[in-house]
Amino acid sequence: MSTRTVEYEVGRSPEMGVDGKPAYGPLAPVEIPEPELGSEHMLINIGPQHPATHGVLRLVCELDGETVLKVIPHIGYLHSGFEKQGEYRTWNQIVTLTDRMDYLAPLIYNCAYVMAVEKLMGIEVTERCKVVRVILMELDRIFGHLLWLGTTAIDVGAFTPFLYAFQEREKIYALHESLTGARITTSATRVGGMMADLPEGWTEACRSFINELPRTIDEVDYLLTTNAIHLGRTQEIGVISAEDAINHGFTGPNLRASGVPYDVRKDRPYYDYETYDFDVPIGEHGDCYDRYLCRMEEMRQSIRIIDQALDRLPGGSIDIDDPNVVLPSKTDCMNDMESMIHHFKLITEGIQAPVGESWFSVEGSKGELGMYVVSDGGSKPVRWRVRPPSFVNLSVIPKLAEGHLVSDLIMINASLDIVLGEIDR
Amino acid sequence: MTDDTPFDAVAAGPRPSDAHDPELGGHPAEVPDHPSVTALRATFGDAIRAHQLHAGDENVVFVDPAALYAVLEFLQQDPDQRYDYLLDLTAVDYGAGTPIQVVYQLWSLGFHRMLRVKVELPLDALEVDSVEPLWKTADWLEREVWDLFGVTFRGHPDLRRILMPANYAEGHPLRKDFPLRGRFSRAEQTRRALALEVDDNYTVLERELGAEPQIVPAAPAGEPDDGRGSDDTMKGE
Repeated sequence: MSTRTVEYEVGRSPEMGVDGKPAYGPLAPVEIPEPELGSEHMLINIGPQHPATHGVLRLVCELDGETVLKVIPHIGYLHSGFEKQGEYRTWNQIVTLTDRMDYLAPLIYNCAYVMAVEKLMGIEVTERCKVVRVILMELDRIFGHLLWLGTTAIDVGAFTPFLYAFQEREKIYALHESLTGARITTSATRVGGMMADLPEGWTEACRSFINELPRTIDEVDYLLTTNAIHLGRTQEIGVISAEDAINHGFTGPNLRASGVPYDVRKDRPYYDYETYDFDVPIGEHGDCYDRYLCRMEEMRQSIRIIDQALDRLPGGSIDIDDPNVVLPSKTDCMNDMESMIHHFKLITEGIQAPVGESWFSVEGSKGELGMYVVSDGGSKPVRWRVRPPSFVNLSVIPKLAEGHLVSDLIMINASLDIVLGEIDR
Repeated sequence: MTDDTPFDAVAAGPRPSDAHDPELGGHPAEVPDHPSVTALRATFGDAIRAHQLHAGDENVVFVDPAALYAVLEFLQQDPDQRYDYLLDLTAVDYGAGTPIQVVYQLWSLGFHRMLRVKVELPLDALEVDSVEPLWKTADWLEREVWDLFGVTFRGHPDLRRILMPANYAEGHPLRKDFPLRGRFSRAEQTRRALALEVDDNYTVLERELGAEPQIVPAAPAGEPDDGRGSDDTMKGE
């Protein structure tokens, strides 16, 4: 620990160019000597109420000067017992719990949960529903990544990307709101379909949003990707090798930044993802910078998927035609005896699932989001389990942060893209 | 369906389930071969207790708890299996005194294969080997299962509560015999929360680290003199 080498890829060279203006070129590595002093280890508590921990995360750090020797994360401050509550609710009532877990990408959670239940019940949703869910899931991947982008940029001192990102997020909020009536707690899906079909003008609004979004991504790209301060704060920070990343259960952009091409959309395609034309960005170094690059590219790829999905959006019903699963329309309910009986049974008893269990995972914005449901044949699950990607990703932070500075610990925590609602559940 | 009012259901706890009954299990009697299960049967024989198929394509293998570590080690290390991902580790309690199932969800990146391994632990012997040496993922996931179900993982480096507070005394919340609103009254829960000391928020290890300043001696030779001279008093001998 005698010296610390800082290497900037882009910087201003002290010499002038031929035209008399400062020439830009790579700087020589700077060696910062650190005196070998006797030191006193400190125990520092960060959080749980701290803006840089991205939620109620508490990190207890043992420090030698500014160097982190040991990080002990404490979680559970937001524990709401969602899985326990789920055992007391009917299958459709659980949907409202799912978006409270990852409130940064709620529709992915809504969709993943009903997809697991539909697999358990053997329900094949309509083509329109599949495409709509793909659009919503990709929209929320952008939603989650934009929040990550803004807050992470703030953590390294760049305030402008935060404003740009939140301006765009506001437009997705508006799309959420016109579809579901809520901005965050969307609860948009139901077993066998959606809460409602897309409202009039929604696809046009979505299309104009994805047409405008690349400009903002380019602007942030311009501000951060070759910014010397950003490079110095992210490159070679929090490195994890591909083997370690797999062994620690990393998924999502965090894993792919280490060079492992594992994406649930490609490896176990659901909802015809194999027919969409999109690429999965793969990093090389497994550091914070590669995680940043992967997420930036994923947003562009999500735009491509939404574009194709809007093109192929078929007409027809969004709900399946099964009166034992989907509520009848209000008109039928009032005029038709049989519909009224189905309505009564569905409201009072809920949908009956067969005995058995199913596991379904989708590629969430944070990583692989698994839903595991176990049924005993009733209208409530015996067990509803969420495989939380952030929980598994966060468990690696003691390994990643060891030997780095405190400020790097903040950057590493930000680069993992965690959401505490899902970690604590 | 139960005809309880919602509040009765909360007070009585969930009704016991009969889904653990193999007669009722929602899986076909005839299960097509799965390459990993065939290899497991050839290697471990009777330790592989059952093989089920759920939801169309999900293979579930029931394993003798004593052989669990060996089975999972085989699945991870064997060149023809290579389950390099432990996607999920959780538990299922069916209630009414039936065994608690610990569930391991495995995924092989190379072979594109998924397998679910289960062990059944009777309530009086809730103990199984930790797989933390195989997959580091298991570290926090096993802590969570210990916290919420009370399953002990032998050989886990740091088995303590993770989601519930360290001083939580009401038991293991996801067990079926645990009422939805907890075992203590709201008044008792509040009293306990208010009685917490600052030190209760730190683990034993953290308290040791923070109790006294840890003095690390300076490097003996070649140390540049920083001119402060009062090093000894600073170290507070």
